[in-house]
Amino acid sequence: MSRPVAFVLAAAAVLACCGTLYAAKPGPAPQGDPARGQAVYTRWCTACHGRGPGHPGTQSLQVKYGGKLPPALEDRTDLAPPVTVQFVRHGFALMPPFRKTEISDAELRDLAAYLARNRK
Amino acid sequence: MVLPPDVSQAEFDRAIAAFRNAVGPDWVFTSDDDVALYRDAYSPMWSEPEERVASAAVAPADVGEVQAAVRIANDTRVPLYPISTGRNLGYGGSAPALSGSVVLDLKRLDRVLDIDEANASVLVEPGVSYFDLYRALRDTGAKLWLDCPDPGWGSPIGNALDRGGGYTRAAFRNHFDAHCGMEVVLPSGGLLRTGMGAMPGAKTWQQYKAGFGPWVDGLFSQSNFGIVTKMGFWMMPEPEACLIGRIYADKYDDLHALVRILTRLENSGVVNGMPGFGSPLLQRRVPADPQNNDPNGATQIDQALHDAFYTGDDAAKALIAERVKSTGRSCWSALVKFYGPERMVRLQWEIAKEQFGEIEGVRFGDPEFYGFPLSDADLEKIHKPTFGIPSLSVFNFGIRTDLRPEPMVGHQAFSPVIPRTGAAIFEANKVFARIFTEEGLPVPPFNLPGCVWERALMLICIFPTTHDVETNRKYRKALRRLIAESATRGWGEYRTPVAYYDTVMSTYSFGDHALLRFHETVKDALDPNGIVSPGRYGIWPQRNRGGPR
Ligand SMILES: Cc1cc2nc3c(=O)[nH]c(=O)nc-3n(C[C@H](O)[C@H](O)[C@H](O)COP(=O)(O)OP(=O)(O)OC[C@H]3O[C@@H](n4cnc5c(N)ncnc54)[C@H](O)[C@@H]3O)c2cc1C
Repeated sequence: MSRPVAFVLAAAAVLACCGTLYAAKPGPAPQGDPARGQAVYTRWCTACHGRGPGHPGTQSLQVKYGGKLPPALEDRTDLAPPVTVQFVRHGFALMPPFRKTEISDAELRDLAAYLARNRK
Repeated sequence: MVLPPDVSQAEFDRAIAAFRNAVGPDWVFTSDDDVALYRDAYSPMWSEPEERVASAAVAPADVGEVQAAVRIANDTRVPLYPISTGRNLGYGGSAPALSGSVVLDLKRLDRVLDIDEANASVLVEPGVSYFDLYRALRDTGAKLWLDCPDPGWGSPIGNALDRGGGYTRAAFRNHFDAHCGMEVVLPSGGLLRTGMGAMPGAKTWQQYKAGFGPWVDGLFSQSNFGIVTKMGFWMMPEPEACLIGRIYADKYDDLHALVRILTRLENSGVVNGMPGFGSPLLQRRVPADPQNNDPNGATQIDQALHDAFYTGDDAAKALIAERVKSTGRSCWSALVKFYGPERMVRLQWEIAKEQFGEIEGVRFGDPEFYGFPLSDADLEKIHKPTFGIPSLSVFNFGIRTDLRPEPMVGHQAFSPVIPRTGAAIFEANKVFARIFTEEGLPVPPFNLPGCVWERALMLICIFPTTHDVETNRKYRKALRRLIAESATRGWGEYRTPVAYYDTVMSTYSFGDHALLRFHETVKDALDPNGIVSPGRYGIWPQRNRGGPR
């Protein structure tokens, strides 16, 4: 039996407002939504940066910080939104940058808000 | 911004305006920052004039918009470079083969159109990643496995079109062979369906591959003859069990018998999952061993031992025998996988052990046995692609370790197909080590092949790419020599980074390059304006023949 499905895998509503956020426009940057940002994190980041073994990003940060900072990004309390934006759009080491068709500017703002939610 | 070589700024601007009109202004990317996202992050030509870079990117939402973009390209002669998920890192990333091309980013065509559990097949669009398809299969509860490459970040379509490979049964791990039916936007803008899909209303598009008449699907892989907008794939029904067995042999010369016996077992269908070879003594993991916390390169190299594997003379064999004794580690290991009903896989392992028993002193590890669904504890320790689960664990091959405080920034792969014999493995390694020594580069650890493809072996030699121009140039020179000297021995690359497309294509030169001339004839017939991926796999359209000037 065939199961016709049409999973629209990108969130159309979020994508519709892309392209405006980090442009050099005057005025305060709009706030991201940490709850939506968590979904972005789960979809795009956990495969490398999830908690526990088998996550190369986490393993690498464990070696880098030697336990001084938590190795999983979700547990960090020092990630200001521009830092997240920089890494996502420029990549680092083996991590390539993410394009706007993957993580839109609006989704990136949410992601940055999620990773900054416990910022001290 | 780099324009295509023979397109004026005015024509380019006209194309961009038309693209905006066709797909909406938000989906045409022209700013330097946005276009930089399409650079090959692992480019071996990083920041050199030769680095291939796009001029812009266009992201259509559906097939109609793809066709519109193609018509605009024909009208303005601005070349397009289609990508699916654009994660072809190590082989070119998302950058075009011809600088100035406009990347046609198909990520927004992201629907899983059909999951047919009874037929064990799916129909997907190019923007569907392995992770996406995995989630979709789970959401429907379909008991189907998808065969994925090591990184799950790519897509069934992008990977298959570059003829990538995975880890499960032979019929599925050859990703192009596992497809059944395509939809292609031709360089004219017309739409083609292959196989049974050519019949309107066909009921068997994902069941019977060939359709009627010449089977043209292969023309759209590793080529620039069209833009694929749908592909069907056969999936592996979830097996009742998976058994992984390990075989250990202590003598250097045992590799010959290991390869021979394993090949026979695979060709006769006893071993039906992807096998591989490793060396416990060298601490070389078998491709398909879990990539958890012990990446290759995390331990200090025993230089004398490392050299002995290349030399292979009597003194070297004596040193290896001594190290086997003193460390208790075997010289070689082989890994075999069986998928199927429990009774069957246990019997298959018994038969395999009988046959490997020909090797004097051979030993067997306790088999790993898995039933499904996997437990959380299993999920933490397994090599996920072996079980149809996408992952990114492979990246710990280049992360920081205590011995490598700075992580790698990229890599390029030299991947020659060699005969399935122990002799070929030894010979290829020796040739490669000599070239590296002559080129003043560190000799990589002795390379052991995976058996992605049936019948042949493939060595995947991973070399770093850096942001240092001189280092990159050195590696490129060495890689070109590796390609050329391999060709003189009859070993050809299965796939290569963009920097070496022309070099590799020139080695497939039988009959005064008859194959390339055939490709060029097809290219000129299908794409007279040369607007789809000029230069991909060394196939240049008439207007750029011979490569960019
Ligand atoms: C550490 C590491 C390990 C890897 N391991 C593996 C592995 O095990 N197996 C493997 O196969 N690969 C492997 N790769 C290579 C690569 O990451 C994968 O092959 C990946 O799936 C390719 O990217 P993609 O699927 O996004 O394809 P894309 O980048 O989208 O496509 C590849 C190329 O195909 C063409 N193309 C794509 N889509 C279309 C289309 N719709 N129409 C026309 N032409 C198109 C384009 O020229 C494009 O550049 C590895 C890479 C790394 C870095």
